[in-house]
Amino acid sequence: MSVLVYTESEEGKFKKASLEVASYAKEVAKILQTTVTAVTFNTKDASELKNYGVDKVLNITNEKLGNFNAEAYADVLKQAAEKEGSKVVILSQSANSKYVAPLLAVHLNAGYASNVVGLPESADPFTVKRTAFTNKAFTHTKIDTDIKIIGLSNNSFGLKENQGNAIAEDFSPTLSEADFSVKVINVDKAKDKVTIADADIVVSGGRGLKGGENWGMIEDLADTLGAALACSKPVSDMGWRPHSEHVGQTGKPVASNLYIAIGISGAIQHLAGVNASKVKVVINNDPEAPFFKAADYGVVGDAFEIVPKLTEKLKEFKAKNA
Amino acid sequence: MINPNDEFGLTRAMWFKEKQGASVDVVNVGGPETEPTLRKALAIGADSAIRVNTPAIDGFQVAKQLAKVAKDGEYDLIIAGRESLDYNGGMVPGMVAALLNANFINTCIGLEVDGDKATAIREIDGGKETLTTSFPLVIGTQKGLVQESDLRIPNMRGIMQARKKPLNVVEPIETANQTSIDKFEKPAPRGAIKLIDADNLDELINLLHNEAKVI
Repeated sequence: MSVLVYTESEEGKFKKASLEVASYAKEVAKILQTTVTAVTFNTKDASELKNYGVDKVLNITNEKLGNFNAEAYADVLKQAAEKEGSKVVILSQSANSKYVAPLLAVHLNAGYASNVVGLPESADPFTVKRTAFTNKAFTHTKIDTDIKIIGLSNNSFGLKENQGNAIAEDFSPTLSEADFSVKVINVDKAKDKVTIADADIVVSGGRGLKGGENWGMIEDLADTLGAALACSKPVSDMGWRPHSEHVGQTGKPVASNLYIAIGISGAIQHLAGVNASKVKVVINNDPEAPFFKAADYGVVGDAFEIVPKLTEKLKEFKAKNA
Repeated sequence: MINPNDEFGLTRAMWFKEKQGASVDVVNVGGPETEPTLRKALAIGADSAIRVNTPAIDGFQVAKQLAKVAKDGEYDLIIAGRESLDYNGGMVPGMVAALLNANFINTCIGLEVDGDKATAIREIDGGKETLTTSFPLVIGTQKGLVQESDLRIPNMRGIMQARKKPLNVVEPIETANQTSIDKFEKPAPRGAIKLIDADNLDELINLLHNEAKVI
């Protein structure tokens, strides 16, 4: 009956989104009067999960699962859900979670609601609030199946401490050859760089910066804040910045605590993609830029003057508050 | 309009047609009002179209219908946008793959086919990875799969030809949806923006620290 959670870790450390999913699962478990079981892959130490209300940990240690593999992971999660008799399975909305969830849904014959932004409004019928139309609206979606899968929007619930036991148990699911018919042959990932998906703060630049060669000051600002870098669509289309930094409707979604838009006018497709960020700051020399209507704080002026100044002042602030 | 995520996939399919001799069928689940979209795909260059004659209710129901069409047509490669632009469910490609027992690669930003082997690039959080697999294969597509400049606007010749291409309407199979929408809600209106003078950036830092509490 336990609520099942899929956790992701990197280099032995749980991703923030996984701790958030655990926090959320604990609240769901309270509603359903049950416990939380987390599934971890090749994690040596899962004790951190007990701070977020996890009662039990199923740890899978298997070299073959060293790289994420959607089909194999879906198979493992299915077996874990069956073992625990789980009626609710919760994942984040990381790239890997979004990859595995629909496979798992079919294997468990479970209804799947993605981009969920709140606790179930009722347990029977099981109704959750989710975003739709790229954050321009919410739907209250009813999941009618016996088993339910929830994809929790990153940074929508936050971390909530709850004491659990996180009793670890080794779990050895049966894997088939078919689980590995898609093979990862190379992973190309920037090390030591905060990703847009995981970042608390995102610094984003637009066409107003006039060229890729002007990104130095944007990088300085991002480094000072420990932020991820992002950009608008024209910037990635013109090749000033890599496509992987493009945020917006057709790019990556942003759901950070703070989003700083520099030289971005705020086309509706861009705003849709960054809408889920909690606080938005816009810096633009055009006071008529639509982004000023969608942001919390704004500075009208020349980014080339404001950004270096802001970086300096933030460094002073950080030094004082360190 | 064609969902941009689908359009990137359709454009890649045109490449397989022109360079590797693939035949390309387009399919959607929806009522007669969706036919102009299928005609547009035909005008871009698809060979034939299939419309499953039932409204799209949820991701699972759509995936079930598409899996039936894919099974009947014995397709090697099924290309679907990573998510729709309306409900953003992001589940149809994966569900179709699971229903067909086919291989699946999501958020695909590169695909090469060589005989019975496919090599794909997938966007991951903070990077990308390269994968190899075989057919049948389902890919969830997005921006990056083809260059934006390669996207095609149907020309007059294509539009004329599209009128003569087959658009087959098939009746749906019996299936139930797993989710349903109870009601919609608009986001709460946001408060007015606070403008900070460019010469007073300390105030911005102060607000972000003490009011918004984000730094």
